[in-house]
Amino acid sequence: MVDEDRPDIRQFVDELYRTESRRVFATLVRLLSDFDLAEEAMHEAFTSAFVKWQEEGIPQNPRAWLVSTGRFKAIDTIRRRVRFDESLGEIARRLDDEKDQFAAIDEENIEDDRLRLIFTCCHPAIPPNAQVALTLREVCGLRTEEIASAFLTTPPTIAQRIVRGKQKIRDAGIPFEVPTIPQMPQRLDSVLSVIYLVFNEGYSASSGETVTRHDLSEEAIRLGRLLVQLLPDTEAIGLLALMLIQESRRLARTSASGDIILLEDQDRSLWVLPYIAEGAELVQQALKTRRFGVYTIQAAIAAVHAEAQTPEDTDWAQIIALYDVLSRIEPSPVVDLNRAVAIAMRDGPEAGLTLIDDILAEGTLSEYHLAHAARADLCRRMGNTVDAVNAYRRALELAKQEPERRFLEGRLKQLS
Amino acid sequence: MKFVCLGYIDASMWESLPKEEAEKAMEDCMAYDNELRKGGHFAGGGALAAPQNGVTLRHQNGQVRVTDGPFIETKEQIGGILLLEARDLNHAIQLMSKHPGVRMGPFEIRPADEAMNLQILEISERLAKEASAT
Repeated sequence: MVDEDRPDIRQFVDELYRTESRRVFATLVRLLSDFDLAEEAMHEAFTSAFVKWQEEGIPQNPRAWLVSTGRFKAIDTIRRRVRFDESLGEIARRLDDEKDQFAAIDEENIEDDRLRLIFTCCHPAIPPNAQVALTLREVCGLRTEEIASAFLTTPPTIAQRIVRGKQKIRDAGIPFEVPTIPQMPQRLDSVLSVIYLVFNEGYSASSGETVTRHDLSEEAIRLGRLLVQLLPDTEAIGLLALMLIQESRRLARTSASGDIILLEDQDRSLWVLPYIAEGAELVQQALKTRRFGVYTIQAAIAAVHAEAQTPEDTDWAQIIALYDVLSRIEPSPVVDLNRAVAIAMRDGPEAGLTLIDDILAEGTLSEYHLAHAARADLCRRMGNTVDAVNAYRRALELAKQEPERRFLEGRLKQLS
Repeated sequence: MKFVCLGYIDASMWESLPKEEAEKAMEDCMAYDNELRKGGHFAGGGALAAPQNGVTLRHQNGQVRVTDGPFIETKEQIGGILLLEARDLNHAIQLMSKHPGVRMGPFEIRPADEAMNLQILEISERLAKEASAT
């Protein structure tokens, strides 16, 4: 036992809760195969730590102490509650069978438990919006009310998603494990898309930038870091890089009044350089593996933009080359649209306009406001005011987000 | 966070239960309440007497009028309330969904309005100060 000053125990346990509770919880989920029991056991273990450590001092390995205490507490709880819930009998029998309980809490296993938990919460059998809510609550430890306010919805809505998600895990018998190599690509895609969805929810200007929404982006970056640390897959690294570089521009993206500021008009001194540096380094690391995918390429494009001191310094040729790679890996009209805009920057607006008109004629993006806004911008630069006004009007008809509408209205005002 | 849980029950169903069954149900509820106490989640509560033992006060034409019990046209009436301490709404759902009372009738879980309660506290403290100053 380590000798500690007793009054500091409360602070020590609080700090431990902040840093270790999600890890302890993940391990208990594996040991108990039940989210609700694990949550309760984790809280009981921390409560018990506070009392016991006052008397006996802090153990050598607090985390292992918390896990094994949590496990014992859960066994007690199950024995007392079998009368209310027969299904607990099954878990009780399994826990009694586990002779080798100390092996269950060795360090290496515990590290993997969080990865198991991420894959469980993001299992494709669970509806996507429940995946997001479960990941934020169970992996990140956010409260239901915090998730609801970040997603601009009510706590009951989020609570029901979480309940449904947990039911699905129980009913479908989704195992608490990291997928095998053959399943990995598809399962990892699911995890990456949940993380990126959380990030974008915090990043998009859909409803003013409230503090909680900013927290969502931070949370997504934290999750991205955790994933890279536990599973250094190329696309996980690419996604982390993409989020860091996008996050670096947060302050420059909107004016004080919440209006959109385009990349070319942003005050680049507001970009957060350490994020850009870290992101660029991760991009290099991911590109070296030669096994990169869409997140890495998007991160590489973001890095090229971020490394330009002024808009004029942007290496458009490099960006076009990256879009070419992107459309080979995952062709989509939105990628074509971005590529057309980059070509307009390198070769002049006429070249870009021809491409955009082809894309609009193809039809998939005819209802996509950004396609019309891009067309309007090129017409404006060519001095073709009538076409520009028409395209801005069409974009305004289709745009739903308030900041985007204000931006388009501003452009229309300038032209008329 | 504090939650108020309202447990509804159909009184005629409850009265028609055989004595042993009713007793067992009560015991299960008590035992589970003790479970909640052990975890520090039980912040108060108890069973309510039947609606016909209560009255309703209404302010009408400048006076307070008293009428018999609540006039609610449903079979299910509030049979008990429980004050719950939980980390968030999902934690409250977890705790209450295992409560044996849920088998007897629906449970409504309502978060306490923390902002409103804080305001109430501030006002009452101010009033107490003013009262002691005079």
